Amino acid sequence: MDPDQSEDSPSNSANSHGPTQPQSPFPDEVLEKVLSFIDSRKDRSSVSLVRKDWYNAERWTRSKLFIGNCYSVSPEIVARRFPRIKSVTLKGKPRFSDFNMLPRDWGANVHSWLVMFAKVYPFLEELRLKRMTVTDESLELLAKSFPRFKALTLSSCDGFSDNGLKAIASHCRNLTELDIQDSVTDDVGGGWLSCFPENFASLEVLNFSSLNCEVSFDDLERLVGRCKSLRVLKVNDSITLDQLRRLLVHAPQLMELGTGSFMQELTPRQYEDIESAFSNCRNLQVLSGLWEATSLYLPVLYGACASLTFLNLSDVALQSSEFAKLLVHCPNLRRLWVIDTVEDKGLEALGSSCPLLEELRVFPSDPYDRHHRDGVTELGFLAVSRGCRKLRYVLYFCRRMTNAAVVTIVQNCPDFTHFRLCIMTPGQPDYLTNEPMDEAFAAVVKTCTKLKRLSVSGLLTDLTFEYIGKYAKNLETLSVAFAGSSDWGMQCVLEGCPKLRKLEIRDCPFGNAALLSGREKYEMMRSLWMSSCNVTMKGCRLLAREMPRLNVEVIKDEGNDDGQADRVYVYRSVAGPRRDAPPFVLTL
Amino acid sequence: MAPPLITTTTISLLFSLHSFSSSLIPKTTPRIAQPLLRFSFLDFLGIFFSLKVESLMRTAVVSGGGGLNSIGSMSTLSSEEKSMVMSSEDSSSYPDEPELELGLGLSLGGGKAKPRPPPAKAAAAGSWDQYARILTAKDFPSMVSTKASSSSSSSSSSPAAKANNNNGSCGTKRTAEPSSPPGRSAVSSQVVGWPPIRAYRMNSLVNHAKSPAMEESASAIDKSKGMNLVLDKTNYSSNRNHNVAKERGLVKTSLFIKVNMDGIPIGRKVDLSAHSCYDSLAHTLDHMFKLSAAVGATRSKAEEEVIMGGKRRPPILLDSSSDFVLTYEDKEGDWMLVGDVPWEMFLSSVRRLRIRRTAEVNGLGLMKGTGDS
Repeated sequence: MDPDQSEDSPSNSANSHGPTQPQSPFPDEVLEKVLSFIDSRKDRSSVSLVRKDWYNAERWTRSKLFIGNCYSVSPEIVARRFPRIKSVTLKGKPRFSDFNMLPRDWGANVHSWLVMFAKVYPFLEELRLKRMTVTDESLELLAKSFPRFKALTLSSCDGFSDNGLKAIASHCRNLTELDIQDSVTDDVGGGWLSCFPENFASLEVLNFSSLNCEVSFDDLERLVGRCKSLRVLKVNDSITLDQLRRLLVHAPQLMELGTGSFMQELTPRQYEDIESAFSNCRNLQVLSGLWEATSLYLPVLYGACASLTFLNLSDVALQSSEFAKLLVHCPNLRRLWVIDTVEDKGLEALGSSCPLLEELRVFPSDPYDRHHRDGVTELGFLAVSRGCRKLRYVLYFCRRMTNAAVVTIVQNCPDFTHFRLCIMTPGQPDYLTNEPMDEAFAAVVKTCTKLKRLSVSGLLTDLTFEYIGKYAKNLETLSVAFAGSSDWGMQCVLEGCPKLRKLEIRDCPFGNAALLSGREKYEMMRSLWMSSCNVTMKGCRLLAREMPRLNVEVIKDEGNDDGQADRVYVYRSVAGPRRDAPPFVLTL
Repeated sequence: MAPPLITTTTISLLFSLHSFSSSLIPKTTPRIAQPLLRFSFLDFLGIFFSLKVESLMRTAVVSGGGGLNSIGSMSTLSSEEKSMVMSSEDSSSYPDEPELELGLGLSLGGGKAKPRPPPAKAAAAGSWDQYARILTAKDFPSMVSTKASSSSSSSSSSPAAKANNNNGSCGTKRTAEPSSPPGRSAVSSQVVGWPPIRAYRMNSLVNHAKSPAMEESASAIDKSKGMNLVLDKTNYSSNRNHNVAKERGLVKTSLFIKVNMDGIPIGRKVDLSAHSCYDSLAHTLDHMFKLSAAVGATRSKAEEEVIMGGKRRPPILLDSSSDFVLTYEDKEGDWMLVGDVPWEMFLSSVRRLRIRRTAEVNGLGLMKGTGDS
């Protein structure tokens, strides 16, 4: 998030010009018209810095609001600066909350924002929330306050139940998008789907694949039948194959499909029917779901895969043979998410079948190593890199890796922008040479000059961080776990990477010296997370004292001695300390 | 935690057995001495050979859970024989490597070896006969499948699986060792939020993953254990969505039970399915409640070295001479001493754990132990 976004007074731009500010050659209306074409937030930030009238023109023409950290600014400040917002994106908790590193009720509740939006932006149309707590009350407020509301996205959010969704379905007459991603909400029943009014037909996006509920299939079928503009439909696993077929018959125009459960005993006739239903979907670009799909029924998909660009197999554990057969039908694949049961062999098939691949994510089927399955190794990654030279995004969970393999991989694919390698055993060295994995990540940062996001793992010394600080000039997000030897490592990164925005560290031997070395840097970053490192309360207090525009929050662990600061979250803010901090969050 | 080397322990074994048997030889009656002497050497040879057999079953021993610490019973025969080698296998690392396992379990109560010396049995010195059994593969009846995931104690407490299970106490302060040995080690087990997989995906894994490979190992587990490891839903104390009727027949990935300790008002939870033996559980609890550092850990360093021959020491909670005792409440509501029954049986009957101070436990009629182990 740009610092300027949170500026609430135009005094900065005013200061740079004296009272002899020349008249603008353009009348305001022209300026505003021109500026209204600018969408990119970075550009808008730059625009607002030019002169005072540009600042004003920009703020009056901005319609999309992006807030990367909901605590970096307050609703009041936002309301004062931007009077005409139609679309809001709000992100709340730090990313590590996805992995249970944050206690419940930590915060990021959207309600106070909605209250303000209801007052100031009655014509709000879109709301996209990530990692926020959204209660039913908030959803009800949302549903009733914005008559033109169209699109709701809840990504990794919690706190709501079917009551809230019922309110949305019943009251949002113009709803086009209802997109619930990666929800872990337990308490959701399926009745909300039936609350869409009978004449409601405007839906374009419907995604409830992560909700654990049973919806009324009849109501769903009718809904799909009515909504002729539906382009994204992602159902959950309560929908059977045959039911899916009926949905597909109503909506062959779909561009993104998330299937239900693929496990059903089909008669040959049913098999044929579903096969032809899939074949009729000629616009399909994204496919996901496929729960419990087996080699028996996967072939029904083949007819729909010709135009597929994104295949999400992360919910179905395929074996290498069936996976390879499927891939043959997907030559245009750009993005693939898969579980490591396909093993290296499957990845070899990927390398040969999908030369256009740009993104690969391989998830572990056995993260806690209970079953001693091999999963994927450096060989699979190598095979993909040889066949898919355009690879730019990778997330790879494996149990072993070598420096040499990574060096070769980035030589094959130098265009990486996101390189997230997770060697699952903490602190594991190169399994062939027993050396640290320093050289691997050195190669990554040296070769991949466009690298924006990096996650490191394995046995790493400070050398890795020296390299990162020295070479990773475009790096914006860095995630570190169980790595480093001393404060020096973290210091290298803080002093080096000029574009660093997010730094997340856990279980590393970095202490107060490292924390404090980045004082000024944190004001240019979105946030810093440090947990289970060697940082103490004293260090945190010192940082808080020296940098008043940073919020330094320590999450207290019960039963901890008071000296250690186990979980530290530092972020810049113009809103001051949180007002809704729970008792276990200490703002220093 | 390297497994003991055969050479040094064999030698010490030789010496100790020799000295033991010679101490048994009455000085005045050669005739009686002879058979005894012969008996002990032959016995030693027999044991040695059976150990060879056991080395092939090493992983089985590992998965037997708890190892053959019942060597301790032998040492209780006469206190001077503390030098008797007792090597408990390390149940965590390298389950697939055929290291020779020196488990000199000369006293076995039932097919499974126990982690604690049976309290009352080995009291009488001189009742050497009933303990001098030659171990053969038959003594390890249930150690069939080496692939069984039970041999992997590197399974973890799967905290990420239950996203809404946070009650303010998650993200605990466990720091895994930064450099762990290569290969599957136990280090990655007890760490919150690692590997970094979103809670949604963890739930999805548990619910839906049903590949043939997974099914195969699930049934292997069943066979080898002889009892159902798919744990009782009543024991499944995490906040899984009970609306989900779609649980497929897979081994549940966690069994969190409460652990309380005398004098500490706030309890903890531990994932039993992340352990395959008492040792590993006891070490985890030790770490959780910081027992080794607490007042009451009464063993001296010298003692420890003598006991183990320099190798891994038994956990405090399983050591009858420490000030702490680990007890559990079983399905019937009775409080029992942890360690008496085979691990799997324990898993199926345990409801919760409690660490008590031995001062209070004595009143329960439990013996404080008849010597160090």
